Amino acid sequence: MATLKIRDLHVSVETEQGTKEILRGVDLTVRSGETHAIMGPNGSGKSTLAYSIAGHPKYTVTNGTVTLDDEDLLAMSVDERARAGLFLAMQYPVEVPGVTVANFLRTAKTAIDGEAPKLRTWVKDVKTAMTQLRMDPAFAERGVNEGFSGGEKKRHEILQMELLAPRVAILDETDSGLDVDALKVVSEGVNRVKASGEVGVLLITHYTRILRYITPDFVHVFVDGRIAEQGGRELADRLENEGYDRFVPAPA
Amino acid sequence: MTNTTQEQAAPTAQNGLFEHAHGAGSPVPLQSRAERRTSFDVADFALPTGREEEWRFTPIDLLRGVLEDRVSDPGALSYDVSAPDAVVVGSLTPGQSPRGSVLAPADRAAVLAHARTPEALHVRIAPDAQLSEPVRVVLQGAAGLRSNTHVVIDAGAHSSGTVVLDHVGSGQHAGNVEIRTGDGSQITVVSLQRWADDAIHLAQHDAQVGRDARFKHVVVSLGGKVVRVNVNVRYAGPGGEATLLGVYFADAGQHLEHRSFVDHEPARCTSLVTYKGALQGETAHTVWVGDVLIQASAEGTSTYELNRNLVLTEGARADSVPNLEIKTGQIEGAGHASATGRFDDEQLFYLQARGIPQVEARRLVVRGFFADVIAQIAVPDIQELLMAAIEEELTGAMLVGSAAAGEQA
Repeated sequence: MATLKIRDLHVSVETEQGTKEILRGVDLTVRSGETHAIMGPNGSGKSTLAYSIAGHPKYTVTNGTVTLDDEDLLAMSVDERARAGLFLAMQYPVEVPGVTVANFLRTAKTAIDGEAPKLRTWVKDVKTAMTQLRMDPAFAERGVNEGFSGGEKKRHEILQMELLAPRVAILDETDSGLDVDALKVVSEGVNRVKASGEVGVLLITHYTRILRYITPDFVHVFVDGRIAEQGGRELADRLENEGYDRFVPAPA
Repeated sequence: MTNTTQEQAAPTAQNGLFEHAHGAGSPVPLQSRAERRTSFDVADFALPTGREEEWRFTPIDLLRGVLEDRVSDPGALSYDVSAPDAVVVGSLTPGQSPRGSVLAPADRAAVLAHARTPEALHVRIAPDAQLSEPVRVVLQGAAGLRSNTHVVIDAGAHSSGTVVLDHVGSGQHAGNVEIRTGDGSQITVVSLQRWADDAIHLAQHDAQVGRDARFKHVVVSLGGKVVRVNVNVRYAGPGGEATLLGVYFADAGQHLEHRSFVDHEPARCTSLVTYKGALQGETAHTVWVGDVLIQASAEGTSTYELNRNLVLTEGARADSVPNLEIKTGQIEGAGHASATGRFDDEQLFYLQARGIPQVEARRLVVRGFFADVIAQIAVPDIQELLMAAIEEELTGAMLVGSAAAGEQA
């Protein structure tokens, strides 16, 4: 049982125009077994929330706390957070040329578990997970995200999520840029991880489309750096019909 | 006849990676590269001032000793040659064929190495010989002493094998390497610069690739205060293939310079030049200048040059200058790419976000950077040596890296 607790989180970034506050008091609790969808218009700070929790150096936390089972995530380095059980599926996964996917996955698994995985079961696990995500096994010998299409990068993110078995997974616009078939494949992967009941999922999305395949327990509408409204599945349906207009101040 | 220049852009840059562009800062030679002077007479090469095109990146002040016109100091350099049976090791005086048939000195260091080396090392691989083991030449320099050397590698037709020149120790060293590969041969020559930190080494390597021969030239520069290796390749007939590979790792206070010139005259020859380097520490400086000339007669030529530099810390500088001169439109392809990038923090974040500690993440990125060029070397014990050496260099980088991270925290 894991609990991610975000309390009064304020985050700012340095821009050319000076310091800009992006998150303005976020409160959120995600427990294992729960799926929370965070929806909101562009520029509302959804991705900032994801990257701040993961510890990206670009973002400065100016106030508030983020804990995972009462451990202070904000005091940890990026890799310590991951080893504590946090996973971030990125919207734009980074290419790491020359480092093969196989080597990368094994190195990450070893780091997360604190010991190298047993070779025989590991190779089988990787192969099974790749097959389920309809990834060509040849990808294992390619450089990490090197020359991958948008859809291949997203499958690779979910492959890592399945293999690394996090306690809390943040999916940052995993659905963006995917066609319907790829969206189904990726959603199935997320649902397999969810089925264990041991992971809490924070699903950040601009569209309601992915919520047809991954059912959220809670929906939060994110506007202007904080949660403006929350509810259940039905809130997503409402957003689908009405859009974000009623949350965004009308132009003067 | 039409003159065309094809340029292929490098793959899309990631954060912090700068593609080279023609224009200011990327001077085009005023004359054809083929017109550069060569001579066997020391008097034809005055001491460089540093303003000459071919010396403009090099710290001339450190080269006074090595550019002085004199013979080797006694005991300045010792050879240790181990070679399989099909190889004959001998010596050649200046002017004794084939010495001087491939290499014509193109600068003062090379003309000294030619004229002031009474006996050149002659390594002859018999025609049709298939060497199962590399020929190994260890050149051990003595600190504080000046040496000239000239090595002639003569590989017979249809022979195959590898010759490794391993430069260790220290001193001030002017060294020529002259390589003639026979028709249909498959020869690899590796030059390792594993000098101590105070060594000076100026080298000219000239290779003539036989008809339908496959030639691979590998330069690995890790040690030395100033190392400058000029590699020139010509073809004796059509169908030759030349692969020039370079790996270098410059630390604070090191100047590592590599220049190559591939002269395509016969038809249907190919050249592939790939040099990759990493730099760390204040004043670490690397230079890569890659010239390719496709003469009017060289129809069906295929050539590609690539230089990549990975700057691991502030204060290091990488110069990278590709030049492509094309005098016929009837070619298969010609291109170049050059990029120098800082260590990519987004790559680091991605790997750390998967639980991989920072030190290990940095190692992964740097090893990944060199992976393809090391794979192309295809000489197993050189590859292992190189991986170990990079690992050792990185141990230094880690200290620098974690210190920098500490300051940020």
